[in-house]
Amino acid sequence: MSLSMKGDFTDNLGKIYGIYVGGFAAFVVLMAIASMVGVPDRWILWAYMAATIGIYAFIGIMSRTAQVSEYYVAGRSVPAVYNGMATGADWMSGASFVGMAGTLFVLGYDGLAFVLGWTGGYVLVAVLLAPYLRKFGAYTVPDFLGTRYGGNAARLVGIIVLFACSFTYITAQVYASGIIASQFLAIDFRWAVFAGLAGILVCSMLGGMKAVTWTQVAQYIVLIVAYLLPAIWMSTVQTGVPLPQIMYGGALTQIAEYERILNVARTHVAPFQTYSARDFFFLIFCLMVGTASLPHILMRFFTTPTVREARKSVGWSLFFIFLLYFTAPAYAAFSKFNLMGLFVNAEGYRLAFTAIPAWMLEWGSIAGHQLVTICGVKAESVMAIQAACEARGHVGGFPYSELRLNNDMIVLSTPSIAGMPIWVVGLVGAGGFAAALSTADGLLLAIANALSHDVYYKMIDPKADTKRRLLVAKILLVVVAIAAALLARTQPSDILSMVAWAFSIAAAGLFAPLVLGVWWKRTTNAGAILGMAAGFGVTMFYLVGSVYGMDLTPRTGDEISWFGVAAISSGIFGVPVAFIVTIVVSLVTPPPSPEMQDFVDRLRLPKGGNMMVQTH
Amino acid sequence: MSDKLPPEVAEAHWAKTRNLMWVSLAIWAVFSFFIHMFVTVLNGVVIAGFPLGFYMAAQGSLIVFVIQIFWFAHRQNQIDEEFGVAED
Repeated sequence: MSLSMKGDFTDNLGKIYGIYVGGFAAFVVLMAIASMVGVPDRWILWAYMAATIGIYAFIGIMSRTAQVSEYYVAGRSVPAVYNGMATGADWMSGASFVGMAGTLFVLGYDGLAFVLGWTGGYVLVAVLLAPYLRKFGAYTVPDFLGTRYGGNAARLVGIIVLFACSFTYITAQVYASGIIASQFLAIDFRWAVFAGLAGILVCSMLGGMKAVTWTQVAQYIVLIVAYLLPAIWMSTVQTGVPLPQIMYGGALTQIAEYERILNVARTHVAPFQTYSARDFFFLIFCLMVGTASLPHILMRFFTTPTVREARKSVGWSLFFIFLLYFTAPAYAAFSKFNLMGLFVNAEGYRLAFTAIPAWMLEWGSIAGHQLVTICGVKAESVMAIQAACEARGHVGGFPYSELRLNNDMIVLSTPSIAGMPIWVVGLVGAGGFAAALSTADGLLLAIANALSHDVYYKMIDPKADTKRRLLVAKILLVVVAIAAALLARTQPSDILSMVAWAFSIAAAGLFAPLVLGVWWKRTTNAGAILGMAAGFGVTMFYLVGSVYGMDLTPRTGDEISWFGVAAISSGIFGVPVAFIVTIVVSLVTPPPSPEMQDFVDRLRLPKGGNMMVQTH
Repeated sequence: MSDKLPPEVAEAHWAKTRNLMWVSLAIWAVFSFFIHMFVTVLNGVVIAGFPLGFYMAAQGSLIVFVIQIFWFAHRQNQIDEEFGVAED
């Protein structure tokens, strides 16, 4: 197969990925056979990691490129369906894969704010932005801002917002890939981070967007299989029908029954027990608007051949994301039903200390994390648990209410909790790894391309030739990746909580100038620049102020709080501020030039090809 | 090229596009926010084990979003073709 020849490759996508899926299925079957004939578990886990990273590296090397447009936008040759899969992988991070079902497990209805917030934003992408950004033909999001709003000032503010929202996000992805690698390969976390880093760089360095696109498609296939298989397994075991998304209604009814038996006050389906109704809707709003503003997502729609394909591609993206997100509630319900069953079937509804399952102790004793907590102590040994529970008056066993599971362990531990064999455990690990790597790659390109294309080429050295631009792009890519890995290596707990902030930051800084730039011709340069700065400034101020306070130290009592809004929803202030400032300043400044108005008119018509003729 | 397009045609095309945008955003707002305000009432209706309010947030709205985007892409395409501004 001459994968490096573009024509050949895009013409044969169906065949190539067909072979890939067949090969992957054969590999999983091989692992199943290996585990049955007694190959050690550790070897099977290593084989999953080695085989998946190996195939991503193969695709990355085959897709290497020396062409600027292939490096930045995959040569604009990605069909809608494949771009949808790549966007799905780009979008679903380690956190979605590992944490989503766990959040639903723990929070019940209130966790659905994430399911809604992380899907509905695509409607905004499709209707308001993607087709117009595709028509414009930019390489990066700041490129659009710079052209629409008169040059480097707007470009620079855009880059600052992009950097603020993407860098914390990528650090978390490297962190997540390090955690998964260290658990499955049983190596030290600080070294596992570099295993993750290597996995990220082999996909992106040689071929930029082109290589990342084709590896993301491969990663999507791994992650969706890894996610659906355990859910289908549980559904088949518990209901006899392999359709978890439809069959979990029965599990919900059972859970409600169990909740009555076990006296659980916080029921699974009742709303607004963790978040108030207001916080629930604020969170949905920030996540949706943030989705429509995150540069690493928007730039995926620069890669389709036409405007029409760009629109369709958003539909496919959401469809592929939907496959995972509408399974997550089923995953959560079946897992919860399994776990509650342990207590309902135990004598006096207390799980005897002698009957504590091995997985609780295994996951509980992982150093550095509180994944399983029983009676307020880390579940490291039966003795420790027994002592703590007896101190609370629970003799012989402990009730359901004394068990706490961390959100992040549910998906990774469900195969072992439900007694699935090691080849499923390895598959789930490979899926989580694929999710973290693919998102990290997209973010890495978004940051490095903004630095190389917008800062270096457009602002510092506009006369640089193709070879030099690509060299600078690749060097910056490695520098950003290493910086993220070094930061992840320090295990910064704050960074992880900041991921949710990325949505509010992107929403506040980028949504208004992007949307108004297309939909309101009267938007002026000064309006957009001040609007971006104001929205970004207000949101950052509230984020830092409400979490750290003015002395930049958390929990010292000087944290601000406006109307009690949670930090995660701080975009609720920034987004309207950005719109108001942009509109007011635009109205008091002279209207944009006739050339710019004509520019916006042409942006709105699909016909006529790319507007921005990129120099090669 | 598009600069040959008479301004009134461009205007009419944009008016239709804008209407489609508002309709799309209205559907989006209903299924993102509005119906979930009635979750407690809807949870009283149970279908195949699913309380309806829970179901709409877990799966119902998502299905609407997916269908809605494909419908939007189709409609916008029709509008573009009607005014002769679709890509060749």
